[in-house]
Order: sequence, then C-alpha cells, then structure tokens
Amino acid sequence: MEVFLVSTLNGLVYGMLLFMLASGLTLIFSMMGVLNFAHASIYMLGAYFAYDISRTLGFWSALVLAPALCFLVGAVVEMYGLRRVHRNGHIAELLFTFGIAFIIEKAVQMIWGLLPVPYRVPAVLDLPLFTIYGTNFHAYRGFMLLISVLMFVAIWLGLTRTRIGMVIQAALTHPEMASALGHNVPRIFTLVFASGAALAGLAGVIGGNYFVTEPSMAYTMGPIVFVVVVFGGLGSLAGCFIASLFMGLVQTYAVVIDYSLADLLTSAGVAINTASPWAEILTVPIPRIGALLPFLLLILILLFRPRGLLGTRDT
Amino acid sequence: MFRRSLMALAGVAFAALASLSGAAQAQGTIKIAYTDPLSGPFAQVGDQNLKQFQYIIDYINAKGGALGRKFELVAFDNKSQPSDALIALKSATDQNIPIIMQCSGSNIAAALIEGVEKHNARNPESRIVYVNCGAVATELTNEKCSYWHFRFDAHAAMKAEIMVRALPKDVTKVYLLNQDYLFGQSVQRDVKVFLAKLRPDVQVVGDELIPLGKVKDFSPYITKIKAAGAQALLTGNWGPDMTLLIKAGMDAGLDLRYYTFYAHLGGGAIAIGPAGDGKVRSIMPFHENISVETGNKELEEWTKAFRAKHDFDFYAAGFRTIFEFIQAGFNKAGVVDATKFAAALEGMTLTDMTNTQVTMRKEETTRSSPSIVGVFSKGVKYDSEKTGLGWKTETRVEPKELDQPNTCKMKRPGA
Amino acid sequence: MSTQTSGAGIGGLVTGGAGVALRRNALWLICLAIALVMPWLFFDFTTGRHSGFVVSMLSQMGLMIVLAMSFNMLMGQAGLLSFGHAVFFGFGGYCTAHALNAIKAETMWLPVELVPLVGGAGGLVFALVLGYPATKQRATAFAMITLAIGELVTACALMFKLFFGGEGGVSTDRMIDTSLFGFSYSQSIQVYYLVVAWTVIAVALMWLQTQTPLGRMANACRDNFERAQFVGYDPRRVRYWQFALSGFFAGIGGALYALVYEIVTFDTLAAPMSGNALLMAYIGGAGGFFGPVLGAILVVLLQSGVSLLSSAWLVYVGVLFIIMVMFAPGGMIGLIGAHKPIARIGRLRALMVPYARMLVPALLALLGFVLLVEFATFMTIGAAQGKKFKLFAGELDPATALPWLIAGGALVLGGLWLRREARAFRVVWDGLMAEAKARGAAA
Repeated sequence: MEVFLVSTLNGLVYGMLLFMLASGLTLIFSMMGVLNFAHASIYMLGAYFAYDISRTLGFWSALVLAPALCFLVGAVVEMYGLRRVHRNGHIAELLFTFGIAFIIEKAVQMIWGLLPVPYRVPAVLDLPLFTIYGTNFHAYRGFMLLISVLMFVAIWLGLTRTRIGMVIQAALTHPEMASALGHNVPRIFTLVFASGAALAGLAGVIGGNYFVTEPSMAYTMGPIVFVVVVFGGLGSLAGCFIASLFMGLVQTYAVVIDYSLADLLTSAGVAINTASPWAEILTVPIPRIGALLPFLLLILILLFRPRGLLGTRDT
Repeated sequence: MFRRSLMALAGVAFAALASLSGAAQAQGTIKIAYTDPLSGPFAQVGDQNLKQFQYIIDYINAKGGALGRKFELVAFDNKSQPSDALIALKSATDQNIPIIMQCSGSNIAAALIEGVEKHNARNPESRIVYVNCGAVATELTNEKCSYWHFRFDAHAAMKAEIMVRALPKDVTKVYLLNQDYLFGQSVQRDVKVFLAKLRPDVQVVGDELIPLGKVKDFSPYITKIKAAGAQALLTGNWGPDMTLLIKAGMDAGLDLRYYTFYAHLGGGAIAIGPAGDGKVRSIMPFHENISVETGNKELEEWTKAFRAKHDFDFYAAGFRTIFEFIQAGFNKAGVVDATKFAAALEGMTLTDMTNTQVTMRKEETTRSSPSIVGVFSKGVKYDSEKTGLGWKTETRVEPKELDQPNTCKMKRPGA
Repeated sequence: MSTQTSGAGIGGLVTGGAGVALRRNALWLICLAIALVMPWLFFDFTTGRHSGFVVSMLSQMGLMIVLAMSFNMLMGQAGLLSFGHAVFFGFGGYCTAHALNAIKAETMWLPVELVPLVGGAGGLVFALVLGYPATKQRATAFAMITLAIGELVTACALMFKLFFGGEGGVSTDRMIDTSLFGFSYSQSIQVYYLVVAWTVIAVALMWLQTQTPLGRMANACRDNFERAQFVGYDPRRVRYWQFALSGFFAGIGGALYALVYEIVTFDTLAAPMSGNALLMAYIGGAGGFFGPVLGAILVVLLQSGVSLLSSAWLVYVGVLFIIMVMFAPGGMIGLIGAHKPIARIGRLRALMVPYARMLVPALLALLGFVLLVEFATFMTIGAAQGKKFKLFAGELDPATALPWLIAGGALVLGGLWLRREARAFRVVWDGLMAEAKARGAAA
C-alpha cells in the first residue's frame, strides 16, 4: 500500500513535468501540423536563460523573463523562417526545425561552454515539504506540480474563454475557413508558435535546475515528449494532459512491478532458466524496460487509433 | 548560386585532404593521436581531456620530451561513432603516428582494438599502439586482449572489487543499480561476485537495470531503495543516469551512501552540489587533494597552476603518469617505432608523481597501481567545479590486494 | 522532378544499341570512372601507399550512398518519412558480421563477394516483420511509429548481448579466404572496389525498381493517395512492399559497413544514423533519383572532411540544411535540374556571367561567416587547447576586435552585395525561363 501511494505520487509529479514540456509542442503540432524538433532546444534555452537571469535578478524574475525571451525567439523563428518554409510542405518544416535544433545546440555550447552550469533550485524551495512513509517529498517538486496545473488551467481558459482562443480553436480544425472569415491566420500561427516556445521556455526554467542544465539536455529530453504529444492526439490539450499523466504513471508503476515473462511462464508450469532458448528476452523484468513502455504504447495506439487518444483531426 | 558555394567548400575540403594525406612524419615532434567526441552531445568529454593533456604534454616537453624530441598532440573528433574512430585511425597511420589514445566509450575502444590488431597484422610498416585512458569494459583486457592495447585505467571488474573492499563494516544491506548495457551488466555481475567472495555478511537487497539514458525521474527507484532498507547504493552509472539518481536520493532525504565509478569526472560535482557532503564516493586513481594529504608540495603547485589557467579542475591529472610511461617507453625503445615501443612498455615500472610504484603488467597490458576511494566533502583545500566541496581520500586499495581472474591469451606478433 | 527524365536509363542498354546506351548513360559512366580513379589521385608515391584516410572516406561514401538511396525509396518515391530507417542498415550489418564469423569458423560457406546478400536478406526479413505494423498508417503516424521502433530496437541492441554483442558490438574479419576472384581483402583499396561494385549493383537495382509497377504505384500513392486507390491497388500493400524492399537495400548497405569496418556496434541502428540518412536524402534532393547520391557524398565530406578542420562543423551542417530547406527544397539535384529548360534551348552560357558576378560576393559572405563561427568557437573552446588561430600563413588573435570586425564586415558586405547581384541574376533567369517556355522547352 505504501509503495502504491508513493508511486502514484511520484507518477503524478513526473507526468505533470512531461505535460509542462509537451503542452507547448501539442499546441504547435495541432495548429500547424509541424513536429517541432526544436522544441526541446527551446526548453534548453529557457533553462540557460533562467540560469543567467537568476544569477543577477533572482529566480522569480527568471520565471517571468526567460519564457518571455523564448517567446521572442519563437516569434523570430516563425516569422523569418518557418513561414517561408511552410509552403514547401510538412517534411520541409520538420527538417527546418531539425536544422534550428542543431544550431541552437551549438550556439549554447559556444556561449555557455560544454560543461553543465550550476543552475540550482532557489533556497526558499530547497527543503522537504512533507514526509510520507519516511521519505521526504521535496518542496520543489510540489512547486513543479503547482506550475504545471496552473499552465494547464491557463491554456485551457485561454483557449476556451478568450476571443483569440476561439479563433485559435477554429483554426485548429478548420484553418481555411477561419482565414476565409477574415482572421489573420499567419499572425495567429506566429502567436501560437511563439506561445509554444514560451511554454517550452517555462518548462526549461522549472526543469533546468531540477535536472542538470547542460548542452545535451535537449537531445535527451526530445523523444519522450513527442511520444506524449502524439499519444494524446492532435488538436486536443486534454488529450495531451491525460497522455502525460498516463505515461508518467506507467513508467513509475513499471519500476515497482518486478515480474517478467519468464515468471508468467513459470506460474503456468513452464520452467525457464538461463539455458532455455530466448531466455535472454524472457527473463527481462518489467522495471528494466519501464522507460521503453511509452514507445511501445505509442506504436499500439497509432496502429489502432491513429488520431491518438482524444485527437480531433487525422494526422 | 549556392551550388557554387558548395563546390567551393568541397574544393577547400579536397585540398585539405590532399595536404593531410601527403603529410609525412615531421622530424621535429613525436605525434600522439587522440580521438574522443569533440562535437555533439558528448563534446565536453573530449574537450576537457584535450586541455588537460595539452597541459601535461607541455610539462613533459619542458622536461625534455623523449629522444631529444618534443611531443605533439593531434586530435581527431570521433563524434561518438566507431566508424569515425576507425577513420581517425586510418588518418593516424597514414601519417605514421605511433600512438593513438582514446578515453571515452567502450564501443569505440572495442572497435579500435580490433582495428589496430588487423592494421598491424596487415600493414607491418605503419604499426600503431593503442593507449586506452578510460574505456573500462573488462573484456578489453581479458577476452579481447591485444598486444598492442595498453590500458591505463582500472577496468570494471577491478573497480567493482575496489568498491566492495571500500564498504565499511557496518554496512550490511546494499542496493545495486546499473545501466542496462554491457558495461552496466558487467558491473552488476562483478559486484555480486566480489560481495559473495569478500563480504558474505552483506545482503543485496535490490538489483536493478535501467535503460541507458532514458530515465528522467528516479523517485520510484528511490522509493524501492528506501523500502528495501538499503544502507548503501552501488552504481556504475555515468552522466545524467548518475547525477539524477543521486539528486533524487538527496531530495528524498534518504540516509544513503552512494558508491559510484564516475562522480569525480567533469560535470559530476556541479550536478550533485553541496547537498552531497559526505555521502558520495567515487573510485579514482588520483585527486587534487592527495598532494595536500601527503604533503607533496611540488605536485600541489603543478595542479594548482592548471586551475589558474582553466576554469575547471584537473581531475585527469593522473593522466600525467600515462605520458610519463610514454616518455619512458620511447626512451627505452631508442627509436620512434610502434613495435619497439610496445615491447619496451610492457612490464615497465615507474615511480609516479605521488611517489608510488606503478607497473604496466605484461600479462594483460593493464596498469597496476593503487586506487583511491574518495568521498565528496566540505573542508578540503581544492574544491571541484567551484562547489566548495572536493574529494577526500577515504580508502586506498593497493593492487596486490586485488584478486582478479585473467583470461587473456595474448597473441604476440611474430617478428 | 519525375524519375523518368532524371539522368539516363539503364533501360537504354536494353532498347538501343551500345552507342546509344553509352550516350544516354554518359553521366553515370563518368561518375563510375571518377569513383574508380579517385583513390589514385591521393596515392602517396613516396611511400607507395594509398592514403588510408581517403580510401576509408570514399568507402564510407559508398555505403552511405546505398543507405541514402534506400531511404529515398521511402521518402522520395513513396512519400513516407521514416525516422527509424537505420535499424535495417544496422540489422543487415549484424547479420553480415555473424555470417562472416560463421564462414570463418567453417559452419557455412559463401564467397566474400556475395556476403552483402546476407545483409540484404537480414534487412528484408526485419523489414517484413516491422513493416507490418509500421505501414498500417501513413504520413505522420507512420513517422512516429518508425521513431518509436527505432528507439525500441536501439534499446534492445544494448540490452541483449547474444545477438548484438552489447556495447562492444560484434567484431568480424573479412579475410576469410572465400573470394571468387582470389582477393584477400587485406588492403582497404580492395574492399573499396568491392564497395563500389555493390553500390553500383544496388543503385542499378533500385533504379530498375522504380520502373516496376510497384515503384510506379508508390509514386502514385505519394502524389495522390486517394486517387491511387481507384487504380485498384491497395495503398497499404504498396507501402508494405516498398518498405520491405527499402529494408533489403539498407541491409546491403549495412553489410558493406561490416566489411569495411569489421565491427558492428549499436550506433549503426541508432537515431543519429537514421537522421543522417534523412539529411543526405534531403540535401541531395528527394525528388529525383540521383539526388541522394550527391547528398551522401556532400554529407560524408562535411562529417569526415570538414570535421578535421573545425569542431564547429555541426553549425555548417545546420546552416546548410536550413538554407536548403528554405531556398532549395528540391535539394541539390533540384537546383541543378532547374537549369534544364535553359540548357535545352542552349542558352546556358548566358548564365555564366551572372553566376560569376554572384560568386565573388557569395565567397566573401561565406568567408565572413566561417571566420565568425571559427572565432566564436575558438574563444570558448579552442583557445584553452593551446592552439593559435592560423589562417593560411598568418596567425590571427581573436581576442582583439579587429579580426571580428573584418569577418563581420565581410559577411555584411558580402551579403548586401550578393543580394544586389542575386536580383540581377533573377532578372536574367526569369528572362531565360520565359524564353524557354515560349520555345516550348519548359514544362
């Protein structure tokens, strides 16, 4: 019971972290059909900006300014780059973001060097919040949880209650019609892309000091975020939210389920030892592949429901 | 229009190639080729090593180099790909460079050992020796051992034994967590073997493998470790797999000792931070506070000067021993020739900068020298990466205490 | 750019006489001749040895060409973007390595020259198995499935030692004494010629495949997915078979890798290798047939050649990529092919002066950009490595402001001048295209 509760808590926190990262990407993906490979790079930029800003102005200023800077970066990339590439097709857009990711990584290496930078959790949050079954729950994790929930609520309200949000929703499913009705769809695209970038930057501010801030952080964070976004489905923020939590919980529970296929076979009466054929594969316990389960789940859902969990549009 | 620019670029590249391929060995310097990732996500490794090596080589050259000539380092970027390392090898042999060094990545090391063996067998006029400064998979000097491969770092099985020997008497429950690939699996296996042999009183309460580089949130593992009641965590993890694990443990407030292989390398101290005081241990051949502990003034001045010049600490200062071996090897061989150098190097014994005897064992061409288990603590003279904490010697394990099986059947060259 | 008009046709050999075939295939034959002769240009006559580095790099180009072309069977021919294509390359490599070891241990017999077929077979089987789920979907869903498959296979390769040999991979020896022609393959130049031979065979087969009904239907599905169904073929089956065949050729590429490097490790299957295939195919040009060959050559030059000169080569790759994507989405082959109508009316010469006028500012801007990047890299990374910044004969000190100003000035000046020349060029170009159109040469 203890393990179940603690694991649920861990899974929720991790899931919300994934959501922080994925929320911006799902907006961009749903809106423009562009799988933004540079999303994780902007996450990295957010962390580095926050590191520099927090050294002079403090963490709380960084929380506001770093995403703002990322917003600008996203806007520039969209207006002068992506927009032009848009007419060359989806593959071209994707490859463009690929190239941007390369360049950002190298720029980060050139400006901040190759070593990790000491971007730390602010002292006021660097303490245990409460203790559950003898293990501390760190205050910063609670803070991360709070910010994620706020992000979700803010985006949800923004999309459903504001006028611009309505237009964005319309353009999500019927871009041509929205344009025909007189809305400046290119300007909306820029806004969405820049907002997505700002969200990635915010995730970077929060995640950079929890994880390690170094030039390879984009490379390591990238794949899982795509999995979450596609699993959640195009055009659906709620889908992204559910997918993030689901993936977080799956990965966390997997760590505590110490069984393998061999155990299953043994309970059915078939003994497996190291000399059996395929023993290497059968004796793999679930915790070993926990971090790979999201990829498996992605394949499964794409096979049977290519729209993703709550997708409103076909890919 | 861009086609022209591309053609121009290609032209420049070809011209450079032509000049490179035709370059003969300059009489002036003895070249040492070095390959590691110098670009891409792991560029930090190669870059820092390069700076440290250059500093060491400047020192060795100031002491006269070898055979009246100075050493020169020639760097090749292998981008973490074995195929690029093999191309670098070709480039090195084209220029008749006698030594190639490599420190990072057992997959690259395996490719280089095979590549060097085959090249030396097929091209006896341009032989090359492979000096391994860090790739630790045990097989490389056991099943895959080679006459031309000299390893200067303790291998995984040796480190596993050292780790077990360093466990204090009051620790009776340990948890193992490693990365799920050849290296991590061999650490897992070796630690269990040595625990059974040397510390039968210790119980392994948990034993995990994690996919390499994929786990971001270690809190579920920390939960398991806590639930199992472990007192020490033994791990061969490196990179984010190590730093995130330790961070998660410290955030959760676990009273745990962390025994690692790599916390002392670049990036470890920054990531662990001040909260790691007294908790994290690592196995290393050398750290900068040894000179303070043993009162070795000259050594201390030398490592201190490095810090003044670069903004990271001199964690690879121990590599000076490697270059001293190279210097002595050439002096003994009397000529810059890979075959004679290899013959001179095997079995050689030197006194290194900490006044310890170090031997390059003949049987499996591995270095035999003491290993230090250092603990990350406050209050040391030289801190790591400006965190205010540094490494302090906790245990020292002598080579003769180690009891390692040796399965190397070395094939010696006919001539 | 349709596959029918790009380059010449091997089919010419069948229908026309030898003379006609020679003329139509001139371009290919010239390339082949260059490939055969190239190592000798770098032969070191003083030591009597080939430049090992050049031969290795050329061999690398050969096997990357096969990989890129097999990737283009999916992207260019069938419109399927795959992020996990390298798994078939790697799997073919592993199968070949095991086969070579088996031949050496005399548990099976196969001539060395035919060993790439083992790799191809391995790639084919793997693609048949993995392609079944992957090709159930198309477009983005397909891309994501292949991404996930790539990650899973890479993780498995690290975890399971029996087949994949763990981190150290599977090493092998190509000197197994079963050559049909009596070669020992101890010298890399011999392996290079084997690579050239197989590259030619693979490319020729892939070209023939584009002429088959399957190849044509793949094009149709790419161009208009809905209407292609009206023809009567199930697009899913078309995708599946195209996927399987591309896996076959990727496997051949992997086999060549195993023969050249004699060791196969997990990074032959991993994401960076898949990314490379994509890069090469796109830079060369996905639309035509010949494109990925150019792309592979250029990318290998950048990766192995330029990386020797500068550790900032990744920036150049990124910038090149972006320029291509923004201004030349048809890749290099697209750029070259755009000249076709003008060539047909014989007015190419009119472009020479405008090109020359653009060349100077372009080089200036390029020089400025390269210098800026190199200075920046030097300041943060290179300086402490104890090197000095050498440019041709002179030494420059990037710590001072002057070199930066010069480089920045060159970039800005070159850029502005280029823009002016480019406008003038555009006018000439448009004029010539209009003329070509009027004379019926353009589409």
